[in-house]
Amino acid sequence: MNAKGKAFRYGDNVDTDVIIPARYLNTSDAKELASHCMEDIDGTFVKNVQQGDLIVAERNFGCGSSREHAPLAIKTAGVSCVIAASFARIFYRNSINIGLPILECPEAVQGIDSGDIVSVEFSTGTITNETTGKSWAAEPFPPFIQEMIAADGLINYLRKGVKA
Amino acid sequence: MSMTMSQKILAAHAQVDEVRPGQLIMADLDLVLGNDITSPVAIKEFAKFGIDSVFDKSKVALVPDHFTPNKDIKAAHQCKMLREFATDMEIENYFEIGQMGIEHALLPEQGLVDAGDLIIGADSHTCTYGALGAFSTGVGSTDMAAAMATGKAWFKVPSALRFNLTGKFSPWVSGKDLILHIIGMIGVDGALYKSMEFTGVGVASLTIDDRFTVCNMAIEAGAKNGIFPVDEVALAYLADHCKRKPVVFQADADAEYDHTYEIDLSKLRPTVSFPHLPDNTRTIDEIGEVKIDQVVIGSCTNGRISDLRVAAKILDGKKVDPRVRTIVFPATQEIYLQAMDEGLLRIFVKAGAVVSTPTCGPCLGGHMGILAEGERAVATTNRNFVGRMGHVESEVYLASPAVAAASALTGYISNPETIEEN
Repeated sequence: MNAKGKAFRYGDNVDTDVIIPARYLNTSDAKELASHCMEDIDGTFVKNVQQGDLIVAERNFGCGSSREHAPLAIKTAGVSCVIAASFARIFYRNSINIGLPILECPEAVQGIDSGDIVSVEFSTGTITNETTGKSWAAEPFPPFIQEMIAADGLINYLRKGVKA
Repeated sequence: MSMTMSQKILAAHAQVDEVRPGQLIMADLDLVLGNDITSPVAIKEFAKFGIDSVFDKSKVALVPDHFTPNKDIKAAHQCKMLREFATDMEIENYFEIGQMGIEHALLPEQGLVDAGDLIIGADSHTCTYGALGAFSTGVGSTDMAAAMATGKAWFKVPSALRFNLTGKFSPWVSGKDLILHIIGMIGVDGALYKSMEFTGVGVASLTIDDRFTVCNMAIEAGAKNGIFPVDEVALAYLADHCKRKPVVFQADADAEYDHTYEIDLSKLRPTVSFPHLPDNTRTIDEIGEVKIDQVVIGSCTNGRISDLRVAAKILDGKKVDPRVRTIVFPATQEIYLQAMDEGLLRIFVKAGAVVSTPTCGPCLGGHMGILAEGERAVATTNRNFVGRMGHVESEVYLASPAVAAASALTGYISNPETIEEN
């Protein structure tokens, strides 16, 4: 699986309240949540994002609430991968559990500007800024998590285990 | 190999003699929690297992506390999903309006948390129960679904930061000031992926409510969990609330910590987090003139009886500034009743504050106290992110119940030390 698209660039501590404000959490409908994705930090995100685009952010992306609605909104909005210098731990866990690819790579984050075309090769963790030609290697996931991603999330991973 | 308190609890629940930081384990859970926002997603995921019962009907707790009493039709639908699931699965710990409270105040009060427990909750403030010597941490809805089905969760064993406490608080300084001070010191990702373990001779002077507040906001430093040793204060609380026998784990004397911070409680000042991150702290002496429109006293962080007592002590016989909407939220029905019996609710109403039914409502900008553009609130809650309590251009200042009550009287963020008691 690979990803390629335009980068939407954000700073430190993008919290789950700005990814999906609580005023929209009276639903669990993924499409409705996606229609408000990033609304309180970037009012034009939903209008501009296209299937396959990437979010690139600095430290502690997804801090705050445990709302899985946040990675769900990002995934359903069409984002193919989030690259950050670091992730808040519940967001990290939730993304893996629902099958939203995320990569930690501080060096890549410094080398990507808003609007750059970025590609990601998940099998190797290679991130390439197609606009500048620079490449970086992200830290690969531990095997346990790779298996979970390959199974398309935690529930399928566990169901396989139950059947086996 | 030596272990921290948190690592020992994880090892015991993974049925292994020892664990080391970074190790991935599958562990047995003592309790799985969800609320009216996170559970509907979990219920949909749970259905994918195609099973007709949860792993243990007594070990799942469902608490409709966020948008309740139902704030609109969509919220009502989500609560209905929760209620029907609880009925179908014969969940023993479902708390309907009338019995419910804010989950992290309610569960310990109802005796569902014991020392040595391993607890996950689909709410980030699940880390609160470390006050009683449990390992508890927030997760998302899919983890909750998997845990309801299997009774297990995967964990990456955390390393730890140690906070060695000495001394005692000055008057009007509380657990809230301690945790805001710590977050200001280490930052909102200062404890990312780690445990925060509180130790030292100063622990004994902290009330159990102070400890709940401190552990509650461990997540605001990015931590996986916060935890206190189980001492006489914790054991006394557990004896009053929990029927199970406490299982006391202690960190090894030579346990390794990534860093040890020394904190003298007597040197702490009332502390306020300015917008828009909890680590943007200033002491009360560095505030300047900040005019406010609303005060919120309550939440899973500071809605317990001791918090209400402090606020009432400051408000007793006085009037809040007529321009300041002052909203008090006892965290559970039991706290509400206790505040009524102690005459605290009368003090609040006479002072011109309103008293609400327990709800998370305003803390996350849900309902019951939303801010308009340009408005400012002092809140005893836990987050002051952009738009957290309402409009994207509103502001939240996090503080203790003492600072919040003092500010309600003056209309500006105020030092409780300057308010004369009646």
